[in-house]
Amino acid sequence: MTDLLKPPVHVDDHGHAHEEHHGPSGILKWITTTDHKVIGLSYTVTAVIMLVIGGMFAEIIRAQLATPNGTLVSLAQYNELFTMHGSVMIYLFAGPFAFGALANIIVPIQIGAPDMAFPRLNALSYWLYLTGAITMLSGFFVSGGAANFGWVAYAPLSNSLNTPGAGADLWIGGLLLTGFSAIFTGVNLCATIFYLRAPGMTMFRMPIFTWNMLVTSILILLAFPVLTAGLVMLYADRHFGTHIFSVAGGGVPVLWQHLFWFWGHPEVYILALPFFGMVTEIIAVFSRKPVFGYKGMIFATLSIAALSLGVWAHHMFTTGVVLLPFFSIMSLLIAVPTGIKIFNWIGTMWRGEVWFSTAMLMALGFLVTFLIGGLTGIYLASPPLDFFTHDTYFVVAHFHSVVMALVLAGMAGLYYWGPKITGYLLNERIGKAQFWFLFIGSQVFTFPLYILGLDGMPRRMAVYPHDPQWKMLNDLSTLGAVLIGISTILFVINVVVSWKKYPAGDNPWDGHTLEWFTTSPPPHHNFYRLPQIRSERPTWDYNHPGHRALGHGQHEVHTQHDSEVPAS
Amino acid sequence: MQTPALPPQGATERARRWRRLRRAVALPLAALALSGCTIPSFGASPGVTSSSKSVFHLWQGFSIGAVIIGALVVALILWAVIRYRRTSDRIPEQSQYHLPLEMIYTVVPILIVFGLFAATLVVENKEVANPKTSVIVDVNAFQWGWKFTYPGTNALVYGQTTQDPVMEIPVNTDVRVSLTSSDVIHGFYVKAFNFSRYALPGVDNVFTLRAQNTGTFFGQCTQLCGLYHSLMWFRVKVVSQSDYANWIASFNNPAAEAAAKAANKTTSQQTSSIVPSKPAYTNFGVN
Repeated sequence: MTDLLKPPVHVDDHGHAHEEHHGPSGILKWITTTDHKVIGLSYTVTAVIMLVIGGMFAEIIRAQLATPNGTLVSLAQYNELFTMHGSVMIYLFAGPFAFGALANIIVPIQIGAPDMAFPRLNALSYWLYLTGAITMLSGFFVSGGAANFGWVAYAPLSNSLNTPGAGADLWIGGLLLTGFSAIFTGVNLCATIFYLRAPGMTMFRMPIFTWNMLVTSILILLAFPVLTAGLVMLYADRHFGTHIFSVAGGGVPVLWQHLFWFWGHPEVYILALPFFGMVTEIIAVFSRKPVFGYKGMIFATLSIAALSLGVWAHHMFTTGVVLLPFFSIMSLLIAVPTGIKIFNWIGTMWRGEVWFSTAMLMALGFLVTFLIGGLTGIYLASPPLDFFTHDTYFVVAHFHSVVMALVLAGMAGLYYWGPKITGYLLNERIGKAQFWFLFIGSQVFTFPLYILGLDGMPRRMAVYPHDPQWKMLNDLSTLGAVLIGISTILFVINVVVSWKKYPAGDNPWDGHTLEWFTTSPPPHHNFYRLPQIRSERPTWDYNHPGHRALGHGQHEVHTQHDSEVPAS
Repeated sequence: MQTPALPPQGATERARRWRRLRRAVALPLAALALSGCTIPSFGASPGVTSSSKSVFHLWQGFSIGAVIIGALVVALILWAVIRYRRTSDRIPEQSQYHLPLEMIYTVVPILIVFGLFAATLVVENKEVANPKTSVIVDVNAFQWGWKFTYPGTNALVYGQTTQDPVMEIPVNTDVRVSLTSSDVIHGFYVKAFNFSRYALPGVDNVFTLRAQNTGTFFGQCTQLCGLYHSLMWFRVKVVSQSDYANWIASFNNPAAEAAAKAANKTTSQQTSSIVPSKPAYTNFGVN
């Protein structure tokens, strides 16, 4: 064991132990901090608030669609609602929650680093994100309302002629700010992972979550600048009289789709890979086994990232101006590494001791929901089947299966890592109730949408033709949305009920990775001491010296001196 | 009639297991074959055009694969969580790699993917082919309605939102649709054709349909195009070839002629005069 330094504890006049770190407290601490854990916590709280806001938009949308001629909102308000629902969920919740919140908190601790490589840049990321979020949402308070051209903002609908008003500009501005925040976080995570790993933490000893965050960060750096460029062009078209996306001046509307989806498809994996990483860690810990096929898992992640850069035009099959077979085979091939991951997750549980904690249940819920979303995604990679389902509810159902899986994984992450940051566990009974509402709600919500899409209901419709079957299916889906809403309320209740009630201890789940070696919450610079790092499970190796991971064909040999065998 | 040979006495356990497996697989397959064309539709429908039927069969093929793979994976997950649920504080064996197994679940999916891709190519090539035909419909989408003109004739149909303009086409004939947009991007989607295509400003999007049944089918704009997107409806009426000829002839009066000339002019203007031609970079496309 390597003692970095002795716990710098001193005892004050009242006999309370205090950390050596001095600084402002309260709101001043929150504003001035460069501590990755505090920034990460700010990110977490902001992102969860965004989830709730985006969820409220979704509930209004579902209420409107409960009847064919819904009058809850007007046609114009409906367009604003689904635009902002998508924008809030994708730009302001899912991404920032994954790489701003959990990665920010967990990655430095998992690699034994005292903080991020650029702590002040990290603080800037958060403030850009918060500013961007407020900018985008403030569209609701300007005349003309918020952006209403869908979260993809297809040109020429998004030009100043078809969408005048400040709401659209605020949307562009908010997205630019959030995009820069993502780019800075990407730079920061790359630098942290490449340069601040603890002694012994080689690349192939990094936990899968850290690996996935590294790959995600690289994807961010490749994809987000393209979006930024596209947004600047869109803004120039709207206000400076350029004709990049308008036919009238010789521009090309489809160019926007190319730029948008060149960011947009890697973005799908920028959102998904962090959650894959969380689930990988959680399944391994709650099965008491190492990640099955650890290296295969990393290569699967790398190949998903590589392929994701060559599939953007599968969102554009029906434009008639893209090369269909190339984008089809590239998209179909992504199924292979994704399948490897699913089998690796099952292999991790195989012959393990599966403990159904809330975090594990959420991870299993992810697995099933993601399987459905993944299988229906394969259809969409085939151009003829995409022609037939494009822009119908089938597509909506497909990506909502995927994102509901990510929400389940995110909840798993909160239940799993929350105690490390707060020092307190959440209530397991309420957690399990939340899981069942969320899991069943997700299926009840998405399944009718698949049938609706196959029956020809297009997406983004405020009203739809009278058809008893369509109404019935929409009602069922609305019921699912209500169940999901209840699960979110249960989560908030759980946080309130469990507030500082169940002390977690340093290592409540018998964890594998370095974050479970330090205290909960970790001290200012994360560690007083580090164990030897001789595998991707240093904490496990320290706690269970006789149970190192075994290769193919190896079997456990128990000797008395297991604990004294020097690390190989 | 030949009775199957009895297994030799003392057959190995392995052979017996293999036979049992064979029977387990063969019985459902035989049942499926005997029941004839009862492959479930998996929520889709065959539609009324020649390519919509191929798309439907492709859909069925993909669905059979998805159901088998999905069921297998769910069964594995259920087995893992039930059989290996935590019963004690025992630390299980820490096995981490099984190379042959990992190879199998890498190689088999690759083979499946190439199978799916091959099936996709067959249907896709059929669907995007543009055979020669004399029936051409210029479909022009605008905020928020449709205009159908028939080059070389006086026929013109125009309608906004729920006025439901009707595009009339003959049955069992290749119909070439030339799709344009006057303003933003729209989506031409007819559920009964299992097909949709964007109407892009500045691009002349061409595809060919061959309806095999008569009837009237509902169509709708599928790409968000602004305020009245939800109400941008139209219909496609497939009629017999003689009815179609009569319908076209019914426009042969001076008023209809003047209207058709004006309509054809504006349609060709926005695709040809504003933009010189299709943007160069789209030329690698299949169209």
